[in-house]
Amino acid sequence: MADKKMFDDDKLKNIKEENKKWKKEVYDAKGKERDINFQTISGVPIDPLYTPENIEGMDYEEDLGWPGCYPYTRGVQPTMYRGRVWTMRQFAGFGTAKESNERYRYLLSQGQTGLSVAFDMPTIMGHDSDSYMATGEVGRVGVAIDSLADMETLFDQIPLDQVSTSMTINAPASILYAMYIATGEKQGVPKDQLRGTIQNDILKEYIAQKSWIFPPEHSMRIITDIFEYSAKNVPKWNTISISGYHIREAGSTAAQELAFTLADGFAYVEAGKEKGLDVDDFAPRLSFFFNAHNDVFEEICKYRAARRIWAKRMKEKYGAKDQRSLMLRFHTQTAGCSLTAQQPENNIVRTAYQAMAAVLGGTQSLHTNSMDETLALPTEKAVKIALRTQQILAHESGVTNTIDPLAGSYFIESLTNKLEQEAEEYFEKIDALGGVIPAIEKNFFQQEITDAAYKQQEELESKERITVGVNEYIEDDEMEIDLFKVDPAVEENQKARLAKLREERDNEEVSNTLNALKETAKGNDNLMPKILDCVKAYCTEGEIISALKEVFGEFKEDPIF
Amino acid sequence: MAEDKIRILVAKPGLDGHDRGAKVVARALRDAGFEVIYSGLHQTPEEIVSTALQEDVDIVGLSILSGAHMTLIPKIREMLKEKGAGDITILGGGTIPDDEKEELLNMGAADAIFTPGTSTEDIVNWINENVKP
Repeated sequence: MADKKMFDDDKLKNIKEENKKWKKEVYDAKGKERDINFQTISGVPIDPLYTPENIEGMDYEEDLGWPGCYPYTRGVQPTMYRGRVWTMRQFAGFGTAKESNERYRYLLSQGQTGLSVAFDMPTIMGHDSDSYMATGEVGRVGVAIDSLADMETLFDQIPLDQVSTSMTINAPASILYAMYIATGEKQGVPKDQLRGTIQNDILKEYIAQKSWIFPPEHSMRIITDIFEYSAKNVPKWNTISISGYHIREAGSTAAQELAFTLADGFAYVEAGKEKGLDVDDFAPRLSFFFNAHNDVFEEICKYRAARRIWAKRMKEKYGAKDQRSLMLRFHTQTAGCSLTAQQPENNIVRTAYQAMAAVLGGTQSLHTNSMDETLALPTEKAVKIALRTQQILAHESGVTNTIDPLAGSYFIESLTNKLEQEAEEYFEKIDALGGVIPAIEKNFFQQEITDAAYKQQEELESKERITVGVNEYIEDDEMEIDLFKVDPAVEENQKARLAKLREERDNEEVSNTLNALKETAKGNDNLMPKILDCVKAYCTEGEIISALKEVFGEFKEDPIF
Repeated sequence: MAEDKIRILVAKPGLDGHDRGAKVVARALRDAGFEVIYSGLHQTPEEIVSTALQEDVDIVGLSILSGAHMTLIPKIREMLKEKGAGDITILGGGTIPDDEKEELLNMGAADAIFTPGTSTEDIVNWINENVKP
C-alpha cells in the first residue's frame, strides 16, 4: 500500500525524541505551570504543546480532503465565506403575531438576512392560548400562534419568496409548517419556492429539551411523513434541524453534544429508509443545529469532526450517493447557558468569542445571543449589538478570507480526532442499548447529561473553573441594565382574537377536517395533506393536536435527577 | 430516635422543559442531607399542591424559566393556604428579574428567590437557617 502519511518516518522519530528532550530539559527545567487543570471545558486533558507526533497517522485526502468535497472536514462549500458570508439569523418572537411581525421587519431593515421564529410555550406544547395550561405563558418566551390567522399576521408584508424562515418548533412542527405553506399560498408563493427550516427534532426533545407531546413511535411517523411530503412538494425546505444545541444547554459535554446529535441524525435516516424512502430523496434536506460554547478550540473541532463523521457514515453505512446527502450543513447559536446574570455586559464579549468559534468551524448560519438573555427576552438595543457582533466578525476581523484557516494545526487536528473517537465510543454504547429510542426509554442520555451538568456546577462552586463575575472578579455593586417586559395584556388580547376566530370560521368544516385527520392517523397514509386541510379550515393548533392525541396518546417521562 | 429531616418537593410548574437547574438543585439538596422529591415536568399547580400535601413536605421549590412566575408562584401559594398548608416554605428559581423577585417576596408569594448564578451552597445555607423540619 502506498504510504499516504504526511510525515517522514525518520523525521517523526526525530521529532518524538526532541519533544521528550524539550519537555524535560526546557519546559520542566526552566518553566513553571500555574496550579490548575489544563483541560477543555468538557474535561478533555490538554498537553502543553502539540507536534506532528499527535497526528502522525493523518492522511490529508482521507481525513481532511478539500472544501466542498468528501469528507467535508474543511467545509461543505467550495468557497465558504469567500463566496458568501453565513446567514445572520437572530432568533426572535414575543407577544402577539403583530408585535413579532414588527420586530422581524425591523431586523430585516437592519441587515439581517433570514428570519428565525421563537414560539411561546403553549404553541410549542400544542396548547391554544385559552387553555388552562397556557395561563401566564402566552407570548412570554416567543410569539403566540393559535391558527393560520396568526401566521398570516406574523408574515404580513414579508415576502415569503424572498426570505428564508427558520421555525423553532418540534412536537407540533407539522402544523406550523402547514400554516407557513398556507400563508405562502395566500401570498401567491408556490410551495416549491419556500425556503426555510422547521426544527422538527423530536428525539432531542425526549433527550434534553423536554417539549414532547406524543410517544416516540408516533412522533417518528409524523417526521417521516414530513420528509416524504417535502421531497415531493417543498423541495427547498429543510425538513429537520437535528439539534445539539439543547443537549448542550441541558449540561452535556462537547463530545456528548456531538455524539447524541449525530446518533439522532442517523436514527432519522434509518426511520426514513424503513418507511421505504430512498436515502438521497430526503437526506439532502436534513440540517443540523449546534451550540457554540466558551472553549474556542474544542468547539471548532466539534464542528469539523461532525462533518467528517456524518459524511463517512452516510456514505459507508447508509449508501448515500448524492453528495448533498453527505454534507453536514449547520446553524449555530452561541451558548445561552454560558451567559451570566452578573455583570451582563460581559456577555457581549463571551458571545463574540463563541461566534468566532462557530465561524472558524464553518457554520452556515449563526444566532448570537444578546447580553440580557439570562434575565429576560432581549431588548432591541441588546439584539442590535448581538447582530453587529456578527457583522464585525464578517467584515472587520479577517476570519472570512480563507477557508478552514486552522486546518493542519497539530492541536486542532488532534482534538478533532479525539472528539470523533469519543463520538464513536458513544455510538457503540447506544447500539448496545438497542438504538436511540430504547436508550431514551432507559434514560441513558438523560442520565449522562444530568451527571455532566452536576459536575459542571461542582467545578464552579469549588472554583476549579472560573466564571468571571460569578465566582471570581465579583462586584458587590452590580450594574443595572434595562430589561424587556412582555405586556401582560398580550394574553387577554390573544384570547379575544381566538374567541373571535372560533365564532367566525366555518365550524362544520373544522370538525370535518379534524375527523378526516383522525381517520388518517389510524392508518398509514401521509398525514401532511390532512393537516394542511385542517389548517386552511382555521382549526386551531390545540384542536389539531387533541385530535392526534386521541389516536396517538401522550408521552410521559420517568423523572430522574 | 430517627432524625427529623427537612422534606423538599422540587417542581417544574407550567410548560417549559428547562430542567437543568431544577435537577442540579434537587441533587445538591439531596447531597446536603435533605429528603428530596422531584415531581418532573409540566405540572399544574393542582398537581404540585397535591404532591406537596401527600408527601408532607416542608418546602416546595419551584423552577420556572418561561416567564410565568408572576402567575404560577402566587397561585400555588394561594392553593396551599386554602388547603391549610400556608406554613410550607416556597422557594422560587429561574429567570426572574430583580423587580419581580422583590414583588413576589413582598406579596408573600415566595419566601426566597434564587436567580441564575446562585451557588447551591447558598440555597442549602438559607434552608438551614430558615426552615425547621
